Amino acid sequence: MLDLIVIGGGPAGLAAACSAWEGGAKNIVIVERDRELGGILNQCIHNGFGLHYFQEELTGPEYAGRFIRMLKSTGVEVRLDTMVLDVTEEKEVHIVSAAEGYRVLRAKAVILAMGCRERARGAISIPGSRPAGIFTAGAAQRYVNIEGRMVGSRILILGSGDIGLIMARRMTLEGAKVLACVELMPYSGGLNRNIVQCLQDFGIPLYLSHTIVDIKGNARVEQVTIARVDARRKPIPGTEKIFNCDTVLLSVGLIPENELSKKAGIRLDRRTNGPVVCENMETSVPGIFACGNVVHVHDLVDFVTAESQRAGAAAAEYIARGERPGCDVLELTNGDGVAYTVPQRIRRSGVKKSAEVFFRVSRVCGRSTLCVRCGDGDIAEFKRDHLAPGEMEHIVLPKALLEKCGSGNLTISVKEVSHD
Amino acid sequence: MTELICIVCPRGCHLKVDEENGFSVTGNSCPRGAEYGRAELTNPTRVVTSTVRVEGALHPRCPVKTNVPIPKKLVFEAVRALNGVCLEAPIAAGQIVVKNVCGTGADFIATRNLERR
Amino acid sequence: MYDVAIVGCGIIGAAAAYELSRYRLRTVVLEKRNDVCDATTKANSAIIHAGYDPEPGTLMAKLNVRGAELAQELCARLDVPYRRVGSLVLAFREEERPTLEALYRRGVRNGVKALSLLDASEAHAMEPGIAPDVAGALYAPGAAIVNPWEYGIALAETAVKNGTELRRSSEVLSIGRIDGGWRILTNRGSVDAGFVINAAGVSSDKVHNMVAAPDFTIRPIRGEYYLLDKSEGTRVSHVIFQCPTENGKGVLVSPTVHGNLIAGPNAQAVEDGGDVSNTAQGMEFVRRAALRSVPSISFRDNIRNFAGLRAACERDDFVIRAAAPGFLDLAGIKSPGLTAAPAVAEYALELLRGEGLKTEKKADWDGTRKKIRFRDLSAEEKNRLIRKNPAYGRVICRCETITEGEILDALHSPIPPRSIDGVKRRAGSGMGRCQGGFCGPRVLAILAREYHMAPEEIPQDNDGSWILSGETKRGGSADA
Repeated sequence: MLDLIVIGGGPAGLAAACSAWEGGAKNIVIVERDRELGGILNQCIHNGFGLHYFQEELTGPEYAGRFIRMLKSTGVEVRLDTMVLDVTEEKEVHIVSAAEGYRVLRAKAVILAMGCRERARGAISIPGSRPAGIFTAGAAQRYVNIEGRMVGSRILILGSGDIGLIMARRMTLEGAKVLACVELMPYSGGLNRNIVQCLQDFGIPLYLSHTIVDIKGNARVEQVTIARVDARRKPIPGTEKIFNCDTVLLSVGLIPENELSKKAGIRLDRRTNGPVVCENMETSVPGIFACGNVVHVHDLVDFVTAESQRAGAAAAEYIARGERPGCDVLELTNGDGVAYTVPQRIRRSGVKKSAEVFFRVSRVCGRSTLCVRCGDGDIAEFKRDHLAPGEMEHIVLPKALLEKCGSGNLTISVKEVSHD
Repeated sequence: MTELICIVCPRGCHLKVDEENGFSVTGNSCPRGAEYGRAELTNPTRVVTSTVRVEGALHPRCPVKTNVPIPKKLVFEAVRALNGVCLEAPIAAGQIVVKNVCGTGADFIATRNLERR
Repeated sequence: MYDVAIVGCGIIGAAAAYELSRYRLRTVVLEKRNDVCDATTKANSAIIHAGYDPEPGTLMAKLNVRGAELAQELCARLDVPYRRVGSLVLAFREEERPTLEALYRRGVRNGVKALSLLDASEAHAMEPGIAPDVAGALYAPGAAIVNPWEYGIALAETAVKNGTELRRSSEVLSIGRIDGGWRILTNRGSVDAGFVINAAGVSSDKVHNMVAAPDFTIRPIRGEYYLLDKSEGTRVSHVIFQCPTENGKGVLVSPTVHGNLIAGPNAQAVEDGGDVSNTAQGMEFVRRAALRSVPSISFRDNIRNFAGLRAACERDDFVIRAAAPGFLDLAGIKSPGLTAAPAVAEYALELLRGEGLKTEKKADWDGTRKKIRFRDLSAEEKNRLIRKNPAYGRVICRCETITEGEILDALHSPIPPRSIDGVKRRAGSGMGRCQGGFCGPRVLAILAREYHMAPEEIPQDNDGSWILSGETKRGGSADA
């Protein structure tokens, strides 16, 4: 019987395994489906990682490299090229690999760190023909950065999420012509820094409130038509623009990868598409923890690391002390302007000094107050100068404050004071 | 007066830089923002990231970056300097790949380890 | 000189080839695309219809019922996913009940077994997912779901295994009469054959017109679909139809053999024979119609839209007859063409014999096929397989759990795939919720490695559907 199985060797799994080791767990195995550790960071060769955690700017491979080095100084065992096929509530992990065949591992605790996947064309039902040349931005990134292959020469990007923006620059620097970046919403889903350095630096136009209304091309993409959308996000006839291009990159969102969580009978949150977690990242199944993009999609890897360290430490504690009583639970709900919160539940007994709550707002706001309400009374307020759905927010609730409020729900909402 | 969005942190302050008054910056929330605004109009620089060919490794490309930012106007030229370069595994992160890129004094360095296989 | 040449290798051409492969005949199949079953056969509702729909006395009625019988036994023999789930035709208002009764009577006349009319409570008891206002339903236990392209590929593969020659990327340009048969000119040389079967789908009128006076015109009718995530795959457990109208059988909602949910099609006449685009209006129509039958479908869990063409013509029946001596049309094969296919092939053979084809059974014919599906094996079987070949331990498609071993099996099959989608249709990689985002590059690498081709030469699907445009960091010069 192992102490801990960590599923996924990307940034979340690496940090979680390291912290669990530091916390005293000893028989730890990371199961990674790829041939190397590091996960998606290996293909994110741009810089901008680590500002919060390392106070310096690293590229994705460098950020991953630091944690891989850290892991090597522990006794954590790594199984590469190994796929997890099933996880059960009893913490049995079914794995398969060419080297070892099909096996079942058992552990006292499991950490889910499978990350997320990209939404593809079907998720948004883009009209038109279905030729080759339509890639998710991440798939294109793998071809370009890892395999050293170009996916086309005249590119249109749908969605202004960070991967799409990063790929706009990347394709441009490799000699392709990026014609436009098209965003359905009236604001970008990516970081400002990427809008500036990936689009503006190269004169690539960003069409906000636009979408693709037609794709033409029999074998390969030949032409894409975009149009402006109205407030209900429906295309407005007469506003079409036509681009002759051979490639469309989709950067239209990420979805936590929770097929295994479902198999383990873990309760999922329809808002995050990830497991419902407590303050220590424990899921609805005692002893199964989750962290990183499998819980909710982060925009900075630094926060994935911090969250995963919490999960790792909590798993070590669970292994040492066993199940934590689930009483005295505060349920977090989203009030006006808040799309989701993580954690969704806070067990007051489990809070050490304070509980951190991460969330996303559902619309762009200027100067705002974040209100935390318990029962009938506001228990805390936080000021923000600017809020956007593309940027994860977080607040810290001290234990003393949580002790003060009664039982029941905590509601977080946004009150906009003045618009930008 | 030039307006730009600060990129120092995700907050994205809307900066105003006054070229006629010694590039003074307003709209920033921290000193790094003021510094960014000034630099962006006087001498904009970028860290350039890209890849080079590598042989004998798990992958056919190795990621690289300039170890310090280089002038923005030299970005394309810097990337072209990587054409024709081919490394031989093993590679160690930090290893110099191209020295003194385009005469800037910056070096392209490898950003990951790649074992020989 | 071949005995028989078949033009087109969709489900009809493949079924004909399979049927002919039983006999000592030299048969060649000409397919203009780089893969078989890559048009109408891969883009339809994937249903084996019970047979209550066609007008009694038509070829469609006769061949539907016979084809449905044959399909069950063929799918078992060829190891093709097939599930007899039964179908319900819903009536939403009392006024629609006479339509159900008419369908019931038609079905009985067509020889469909075990049909029954259900009242509202019986219908809801059988299928709780249907709309609360359903007033009644026609239940046909014989309806089944199938993997249509695997069905077609399995027929074609088995024909090839038994000596049939297949020429892909071979488009027929003209056909002329020669002594004792026909000369078919293709973009890749000419083929002489004693008999010709025209199974050219949406192009079957053009092929007919190469040898005979025009007497029918294919008017393709496009149908658009949604394919939803497996999380939606259990919304219903039967094929759910609505009452047919003059526009066809209407929008259905059904589980698929892969465990997904399918919704569609609409019916839109298209001018250009090849236009399989999706449209915003078409998809919206399907979405609304599907929700009318099954209100709980979550369309945010859609993983793919697609569209296919029904090779319909102006006639109300299949066009199956000799168009010239020794030249057979198998044309105008609209729904229930997939169901009818093996019966169409049987009938075609009978007609060819009438035209003078001599048939003599092969002693060594093997009409079976077996396929390894790693996912469905027990732990013990998985281990045995991996010990034999470690490639079965390497999962390439994570959504569908498809291993490198299964992909290599596909590459070594009688009709090796030439594209990523060709691998998808055989091994099932890329069928899942990420639609090949994860496994696409990995499958491409396997194809390039196994075929000793440059990655740039591997297409997504048909010829010309290139994926990669070249290498980064092309050496030497400093000019990009």
